[in-house]
Amino acid sequence: MTSATSPAADRTQPAIRMLGIDKSFGPVRANRGASLEVMPGEIHALVGENGAGKSTLMRILGGLMKPDAGKLEVNGRDVTGWSTNDAIAAGIGVVHQHFMLVPTLTVAENIVLGQEPVKSGMFDYQRAVADVQALSKETGLAVTADRKVSELSVGEAQRVEIVKTLFRGAKILVLDEPTAVLSPPEVKELWGVLRKLRDAGGTIVLITHRLDEVMDLSDTITVMRAGQTIERLKTSATNPAEIARAMVGREVNLTGRDAEALSATAEFMASGTTPPSSEEYSAALEVNDLVVVGSQHTRVIDGISFTIQPGEILGIAGVEGNGQTELIEAIAGLRKIESGSIRISGHDVTDFQVDERRGAGLAHIPDDRHRRGLILDYSVSDNLLLGLQDEFVSRRGVLDANRINENATKQIESFDIRPPTAALPARSLSGGNQQKVVIAREMGHEFAVLLASQPTRGVDVGAIEFIHERLRAARAENKAVLLVSAELNEVLALSDRVAVMYRGKFAVVMPAAEATEETLGEYMIGTRKESAA
Amino acid sequence: MTSRFREQVEEALFPPLVALLVALICGDLLILSYGQSPASVYRLLLEGTWGNAYGFGQVLYKATTLTFTGLAVSLGIRAGLFNVGAESQLAAGGFLAALVGLGLSPSIPGVIGVPLCMIAAAFGGGVVGAIPAFLRVKFGAHEVIVTIMLNFIVLAFLNWIIANHLHVPETLHTPEIHTGAIPRLSQFIPGFHGSAANLTIVIALLAAFGVWFFLFRTRRGYELRAVGLQPDAAEYGGIHVGGVWFRALTLSGAIAGLGGINYVLGYKHYYEDGFAGGSGFLGIAVALVGRNHPLGVVLAALFFATLSQGGLAIHAFVPKQMVEVLQGVVIIAVAMSVPEVRRALRSARRPATV
Amino acid sequence: MNPISFATQMIRIAIPYLFAASGGVIAERSGIISLALEGFMLTGAFSATLGAYYSGNPWIGVLAGIAGGLVFGMIHAIATIRYRADQVVVGIAINLLAVGVTRFFLKLAFASSSNSPRISGFPARLSAHGFDNPLLWMGLLVTPALAFVLYRTRFGLRVRAVGEHPDAAESVGIHVARVQYVAVALSGMLAGLGGVYLALDQHQFTDQMTAGRGFIAVAAVIFGRWDPVRAALACLLFAAAETLQIQLQGNHVIPSQFVEMIPYLLTIIALAGVVGRAIPPAALGKTEH
Repeated sequence: MTSATSPAADRTQPAIRMLGIDKSFGPVRANRGASLEVMPGEIHALVGENGAGKSTLMRILGGLMKPDAGKLEVNGRDVTGWSTNDAIAAGIGVVHQHFMLVPTLTVAENIVLGQEPVKSGMFDYQRAVADVQALSKETGLAVTADRKVSELSVGEAQRVEIVKTLFRGAKILVLDEPTAVLSPPEVKELWGVLRKLRDAGGTIVLITHRLDEVMDLSDTITVMRAGQTIERLKTSATNPAEIARAMVGREVNLTGRDAEALSATAEFMASGTTPPSSEEYSAALEVNDLVVVGSQHTRVIDGISFTIQPGEILGIAGVEGNGQTELIEAIAGLRKIESGSIRISGHDVTDFQVDERRGAGLAHIPDDRHRRGLILDYSVSDNLLLGLQDEFVSRRGVLDANRINENATKQIESFDIRPPTAALPARSLSGGNQQKVVIAREMGHEFAVLLASQPTRGVDVGAIEFIHERLRAARAENKAVLLVSAELNEVLALSDRVAVMYRGKFAVVMPAAEATEETLGEYMIGTRKESAA
Repeated sequence: MTSRFREQVEEALFPPLVALLVALICGDLLILSYGQSPASVYRLLLEGTWGNAYGFGQVLYKATTLTFTGLAVSLGIRAGLFNVGAESQLAAGGFLAALVGLGLSPSIPGVIGVPLCMIAAAFGGGVVGAIPAFLRVKFGAHEVIVTIMLNFIVLAFLNWIIANHLHVPETLHTPEIHTGAIPRLSQFIPGFHGSAANLTIVIALLAAFGVWFFLFRTRRGYELRAVGLQPDAAEYGGIHVGGVWFRALTLSGAIAGLGGINYVLGYKHYYEDGFAGGSGFLGIAVALVGRNHPLGVVLAALFFATLSQGGLAIHAFVPKQMVEVLQGVVIIAVAMSVPEVRRALRSARRPATV
Repeated sequence: MNPISFATQMIRIAIPYLFAASGGVIAERSGIISLALEGFMLTGAFSATLGAYYSGNPWIGVLAGIAGGLVFGMIHAIATIRYRADQVVVGIAINLLAVGVTRFFLKLAFASSSNSPRISGFPARLSAHGFDNPLLWMGLLVTPALAFVLYRTRFGLRVRAVGEHPDAAESVGIHVARVQYVAVALSGMLAGLGGVYLALDQHQFTDQMTAGRGFIAVAAVIFGRWDPVRAALACLLFAAAETLQIQLQGNHVIPSQFVEMIPYLLTIIALAGVVGRAIPPAALGKTEH
């Protein structure tokens, strides 16, 4: 299909213009006054952290959702609140992060779905195959029309997605995190395709949080944070650090940095990542050559080794999606590992179940409190015993209501959970207070090693300071902390040592005192590499 | 906190009330189609059930079995599993209870015989529940289909045993049990004379209390509900999801199986082919209307028992099959309104939570 | 044992299964769990009886039966698609409802709680082994017809896409709910036809005359792995087992109860994946997508 309405000939009129877009899901405001302007014939990067509202904005553009407020123009035409079909007809093609392909159908069937060629009442499959082959040849995007999608590699599937949008006459292509699952050669190939499409007059919006990709490919950039548009930049006139600052936005208080603790561990840090063997037994957490294989048979954790001493915080920085979640889940026992070993306080826990690892001294603040960390329909007091339920049994498996209540009262007070009502379901608390419930539970009892994954995500400023204080206190009490955070400032402010994760490996491990945002940023985006053992 | 309680009550009560309204309207239409007056038929229905001791006794008897099957289904749902096999678990429980009652010597007193038969009943249902549990945990086979298929297999198997090996000639039931009979209520309250209501109702109420206590007061119950609400969070909390599923379905089967004693020990004193008669399937309706809470289950069991007994009371004027229609209507109406009511209540509350 | 009489008896037993299983395949391929086939069949049988009785014409009975199945199919569709009610619960409730409705109206129309008066059916001349019954031919043709619709038409492609990945279908502008409505309506009509065949073959309606055939069809759908042809083969297999049991009756080789178990046992084995796992459409039973 080709769009009859004004082609993107007018170079001064934006291809896409979104103004003051609001969109809420229940209490969550995904977009609040977001805007976007993309000129025809450019590759435009839409960047921001997870949950910044990028995908929602693109769903509105693609007609999958209607905005609560705001205006959407495509090629100068007001199309606010249009449908998927309208968007397709107007030449918008969206390649979703999770492929919108039916695995049991063939490539050709998927590409023509919804606009199937029909001959004498029947679906004309031969014609579909022929059309797809012709389009494949014309665009140079190699796809095999007759194969089932379930048999394709991720790279091939992505090509199918792009061909699918082109088959529908897309002039504006939106790609949501297209490289998240691709291997480096596949990424390179995709870049070639996108440049070619742009040079042929196409407009491309690239959603990503990988800054190297942004710098590499885009002409212009829009940065989003917390549902709002923060900045619009020209790629040639900016640098990764500036983009990263705009993405993260808020400055974290750096004055609380504990200088004594730093010097206390300085000697150890100087020895780098290979501590002397005599110290191995004193390590609180020891991870050896860990390998985790992902759903696409790729190594999402590709041979990571490290140790954390009691009284030390190891911070892991990195762009999200480089294996941080998998690393934490593998240590917690929630993800199967391919090879390697994990020791807690000298005990080999590699074959331990989740509860046994907790018993060995592990505490875990998970990155997704809504899915993992809390049972939203359980009360605060019941959530405060998740994972510790064995300890609150009085006799014969009966839960001890008195101790549960005492525990709740104590934790609510010492962690300042508001409102201080133990019987309230966790669902009705604010994000910051939900997180305090998780932290109170995990840090409110004996532990040797704490996994803290995105501990301040979606939490208000006051709660952030509170959580930081707690992590420092844990270090002072000789606990070992593995901190994963997307906030570079946070990692730098809290850690004794900093590691950067890049594509399943530690790109570098260095003392926090020596690290700067700039150097870490370069490791994060892969422009600087150093093999860390 | 009180407002939170009110919200919970609203969310629990609205769907059954909507369903009741829809059922009343359908009932009106059916009664009118038969040329009768809805008001007088409904009055008759109430008089024949709650209006006299015999009718009320029959309601209690029917509600007893439904309480067991309703508890069984609701326990499964609390763990995130759908046990459609209560029908055959009930039958298997009744059968094993009868088998033990037949095998024991008549000299064994009831205080020993009854518990032994009860254990047998729970064991029978538990075994039938453990099969889909095992297949689910081990192979991921969907418990809905497996329990449906098992209903047919188990009932056919029991039919074969009865028809070929254990029946009293010219019947499809076993001989009477030697020990293990549970006394009827009419022995204590003469007004119940002729009705099948028996002391199993006390066991049913204890079972309801036991399920409530288990779910809301024990560690295992805490873990079971966690798995049903958020399996990922339960796993994070060190709970073995597969183990919880296995125990939940097995226990669910055992509760349904225990229900078999109402007929076998409390009423006829023998096992008869087909005695379950749909009580297992109706257990799904009871759990649904009772919103998977033991107290709700008891009330819903009374409601469905009233409908079913009420059918007999009105039969002279309107075919008793009317109540079967209404049962179906109630289930569909509740199933339809549960998601709607939840959505409506949540969106009505939204401004307050933002 | 006479092979001709075996084959004809097997086919006569298989026809209602073939109709109902076809209905099950199309509904489940669109993502809606189909446990109400038994209820659709029973309403189909009863409506056909009413139609044939009052008109004296079996073809009116056929149309009435299809309409009966359609009405119950639409109740199922509205509850599960529009109101997102639990598909398992609704399926079971429809089966209960169908028993109640047919019994109530059996009483109302014919003042009986067991069976209707004799109705006209299709001539089932024994010389031709009942093969001049047009419904029999329809039952044999329903499988290739369904396979054609599912694999060779635009609608079929969309049904398969919707049942497997509704989000993908929606993202290319397909109305997921509309496709599912049509699929479930078709399922009601097809299963209804299975009931029509029973009523017209026996020249009357009897209480609960479907006797679990709808669940054998459910078993055939799963054992046939949601494919029209394989499901049809499963129907024939189950029918063959029944025929064998009937023809061997008196020989006491295998008790009939054990033959009855075969479809269900095979289905459980298929689900457990002991011999090649049966994998349902990915979006089957999902109320939210």
